[in-house]
Amino acid sequence: MSLKDQTAVRIVLYEGSGSQPLEPADRFAAMTALLEKGFSVTRAGREGQVAPADRSSLFVLGRFDEGKLPQVEDAAGQVHIRFQDIAGLDATRVTEMVEAFRAETNSVKHGEWKPWFPVIDYDRCTNCMQCLSFCLFGVYGVDQGQKIQVQNNDNCKTNCPACSRVCPEAAIMFPKYRAGPINGDVVSDTDLQREKMKVDISALLGGDIYQMLRDRSEKAKSRFSKERDSDKALKERQKCLVKLAQMGDIPMEVLMSLPAPEEIQRRAQEAAAKAQAALAK
Amino acid sequence: MTMATRILYCNCTYAQVVPKEVKEAVLKSLCESGVAFDAVADLCEMSARQDPALKRLTDGGAIKIAACYPRAVKWLFSAAGAPLPIEGTEILNMRIQKSEEVVTSLLDPNLKPNLPSGKATQPTPAELPVTTA
Repeated sequence: MSLKDQTAVRIVLYEGSGSQPLEPADRFAAMTALLEKGFSVTRAGREGQVAPADRSSLFVLGRFDEGKLPQVEDAAGQVHIRFQDIAGLDATRVTEMVEAFRAETNSVKHGEWKPWFPVIDYDRCTNCMQCLSFCLFGVYGVDQGQKIQVQNNDNCKTNCPACSRVCPEAAIMFPKYRAGPINGDVVSDTDLQREKMKVDISALLGGDIYQMLRDRSEKAKSRFSKERDSDKALKERQKCLVKLAQMGDIPMEVLMSLPAPEEIQRRAQEAAAKAQAALAK
Repeated sequence: MTMATRILYCNCTYAQVVPKEVKEAVLKSLCESGVAFDAVADLCEMSARQDPALKRLTDGGAIKIAACYPRAVKWLFSAAGAPLPIEGTEILNMRIQKSEEVVTSLLDPNLKPNLPSGKATQPTPAELPVTTA
């Protein structure tokens, strides 16, 4: 997932010397189409300043005078640069050309994963490890200094903000969440009170959240064996899951995909042990 | 602080949390204004991928960013190892601000840094200054 070892294409919409500016409507159409496909676009003109070049492959689009493409190359040979005249081309055609360039340069393809992952506000985080011990999917870990960090954001379950619900300081954000403070909005005292209540999920649910799942599962198994009523057991499990989903704002599909109770127990113990170890150092 | 402040626009491509009409209006105004600017599809995706381009975007001094909540933007950049300069960054929040307001601020040559620093908590109603009609 990291781009440390892979390059991304940077598109430059060039409207400086040696080229004709695009009509504003064409500029907007091209920009929109490229952004929707996940590309970064720089609009460079005769004035103003944009971000400097780096090792990204550059695809420079413009309406070049008489269709003559500038002859430019990176002296260091590190950056792949190509110029393309787009006079008379619509946004769809421009996007197709850019996509072909991306494939040719083996640059990263965007949009294959919805970027849903926790972002820690270290101004608020107290390194209490609640998130590490809560998450069953190994999203969190600690660095060499035993500081909490997000280590495996790919493991995060899309649309699940449950770990932010257990954070007593409202320090965990999901920028694409619908409401504050989880979306990054300013934290209010009311939010903090609510988070303090939520951190004690065990009190709210009458026991540890995972223990509750295990207990329910055991009860369901027991009932199933006595009554041979699989529908009833299923309904009981669903009722339990709905309650959990509502309390933690956890998507049902995440709860339904939880592993077997024994595996949940193993993962919970593993996460708790990691948190304890980090706190002990 | 005055120009040259750079402009960065985030399209929040992979979610529907920024009102479509706001982000479209902001992008359209930027395209019509003739200013140079950088646009990215989704800052969240770049942060998750530790995209080195975030470092490129933070290098080079003052910057105005049209995206979402300042607290989220600050830590998205930080998570990717590209912390934003506190005194050189102004965030415009397209989730809650009107497009006209965002565009006016983006094109204003003056920079109004507003990146949160420290453990900011919203003031209670009692702490807010009393305003008179």
